[in-house]
Amino acid sequence: MKLRDIAHARSGDKGDSANIGLIAFDEYAYRILCEQVTAERVGQFFRALGPRGSTRYELPNLLALNFVLDGVLAEGGSRSLRLDAQGKVLGQALLEMEIDA
Amino acid sequence: MSLRIGNAQGFWGDRPAAPVEMVSRMPDLDYLTLEYLAELSLSIMAAQRAADSSLGYARDLVGTIDRLAPFWKDGARFKLVTNGGGLEPRACALACREVLARHGVRKTIGIVSGDNVLGRIHDAPHPLDTANAYLGAAPVAEALALGADIVITGRIADPSLVVGPCMHEFGWSLDDLDRLAGATIAGHLLECGAQSTGGMSTHWMEIPDPAGNGYPVAEMEADGSFVLTKPPGSGGEVSLRTVKEQLLYEIGDPDHLVTPDVIVSFLSLALAGDGPDRIRVTGAKGKPAPDAYKVSCSYSDGFRCDAMLALHTHDAAAKARRLGEVILDRVRAQGFRLDRTRIEVIGDGACTDGLPSSVPLSEVVLRVSAAAHDRRALECFSREIAPTVGNGPAGVTGYATGRPKIRPVFGYHPAFIAKHEVSPTVEIL
Repeated sequence: MKLRDIAHARSGDKGDSANIGLIAFDEYAYRILCEQVTAERVGQFFRALGPRGSTRYELPNLLALNFVLDGVLAEGGSRSLRLDAQGKVLGQALLEMEIDA
Repeated sequence: MSLRIGNAQGFWGDRPAAPVEMVSRMPDLDYLTLEYLAELSLSIMAAQRAADSSLGYARDLVGTIDRLAPFWKDGARFKLVTNGGGLEPRACALACREVLARHGVRKTIGIVSGDNVLGRIHDAPHPLDTANAYLGAAPVAEALALGADIVITGRIADPSLVVGPCMHEFGWSLDDLDRLAGATIAGHLLECGAQSTGGMSTHWMEIPDPAGNGYPVAEMEADGSFVLTKPPGSGGEVSLRTVKEQLLYEIGDPDHLVTPDVIVSFLSLALAGDGPDRIRVTGAKGKPAPDAYKVSCSYSDGFRCDAMLALHTHDAAAKARRLGEVILDRVRAQGFRLDRTRIEVIGDGACTDGLPSSVPLSEVVLRVSAAAHDRRALECFSREIAPTVGNGPAGVTGYATGRPKIRPVFGYHPAFIAKHEVSPTVEIL
C-alpha cells in the first residue's frame, strides 16, 4: 500500500528548508502514520536531495504530521538551479512511500 | 455581525481577474486584501527600480485599482489592504490615487512604511540590495483608525494584512493574544489565495469547477474565531481536506508560529464543518510576540539561464543527460567559466533526484541550467541550445521558443532586528 491510500499532503519552502504536511484520512490512518512515517524514514526517503536533518511534529487535533527537512533545497529560492527550487512537489513525492497496513 | 475579509491575490503574478471576481460575487465584503510579497519579491522590485526610477512596487496593483474603481463608484463599501507598495509604498499610493481620480473616485489612502532597515543589518555575508523588516498589524490598524479606505504597505507579515482590520474593527489591543492568534490563523489561510479553496489540492481532480476556483473569505468574529468560505457561486472547495493542507503550508513547529503580532499554537485548533464550503476554526492560542522583527535581506549574485529541449528517441533519458554535458562542455571550451550548473531530465525524476524511472524512457525533457557572474558566459550558453538539434542526438525537438532568457540571481539572507530600532510610520494621503 502507498501513503497516498491513507493520507494527503502539501509541501513548501522556508529559505533553504522545506516542510511537508501529511494528513491522515482518519484516526486509524493517523496511528499508522505515527508508527511508520518517522522523521528518520522521511529524511532517508529524500536522501538524494541531501537534507541536513529531518524533524517531525505531531498535530493529533488535525490527524496530521509536519516534517521539516532542513537544508533540503540546497541553496533555496532564487539561487537554486533545481526545477523544484521551492519544494512544491515533495509532498506528492512522499505519498508514493510504501506503507504496511 | 461577522467581519468579511477576502484575499484575492496570493503572490505577485497571481490571477489578475481574481479581485474583480471576488467583489462582484460578494457585494457585502468588508475588506479585500491583496498579498504580493514573497521572500525575494523586493529584490526583483529593486532591480526594476534600478532600471526605471518610477518603479519599485507591484505595478499590477495599479491595474487592479483601475478595475475595482467602478465598483466603488457604484457604491461598494469594501476597504482594501495590500502590501503591493513594495519598496515604494508612497509612489504606489500616488499612482493609485491618480487612477482613482480618472474614475472620479475619492478614497483616503493610508501609507505604512518604515520597514526599510538597509544599513542597519551588520552581520550579512554580502553587501545587501534590500533589507526590510516584517512589520505587524498595528500600523495597519492605525491607518484605518485615521480614516483610510485603502492601506498600502511595504514589507509586512502576510497574516498582519488580516489581523490589522480585525484590530481596528473589533477594538483589539496587542494584549488580546488568543484573538490575535485566531486572526493570524485566518490570515495564514487567506494569504496564499486559492490554495485554501481547492488550488494545490492533493484531490484536485475531485475539486468542482477548478477553472472558476474562488478565492478565500474569512468571516471573522470578535473572539478571533472564524468561518473560512469562498464567494457564492464560485468554483473550488472549502473542506477539511483543503483547509488542513493550507494550515500546514510553510510552517515549522506548529506550537510556535512566530509573527510580529503574536506567537501562535496550532495544537489547540478545532476545525468543524459549518455547511457547504464552510469550515469553522476555533481554539487558537497566542503567546506574546518576540521583541525583534524578522528581516528579509537580498543581494545580487550574478546571473542564471535555464534551457529546455524535448527528446523523443530510444533511451531518451541517457541521451538527454549526455546532451546536457555536451552543451556545458561547448561553453567551457570557448573559455567561459560557469560557477554552477545543473542537468535534469524531466520525466525521469528531475524533481526528486533519487526516484528515477526504472524503464528506458522514450520521451523526456532535458533541462540544463547554468549560473555565472560573467553574463557573457550565459550569452554563450544561451546560443548553444538550438544548435544541438542538428549537432546532438536524433530526436531532439522543442527548441522553438527562442534562446532562453538570462535572469539575475538574488541571494536571500534572513536576519533579525530589535523592535525598538524600527519605527513603523503611517501617512494619510
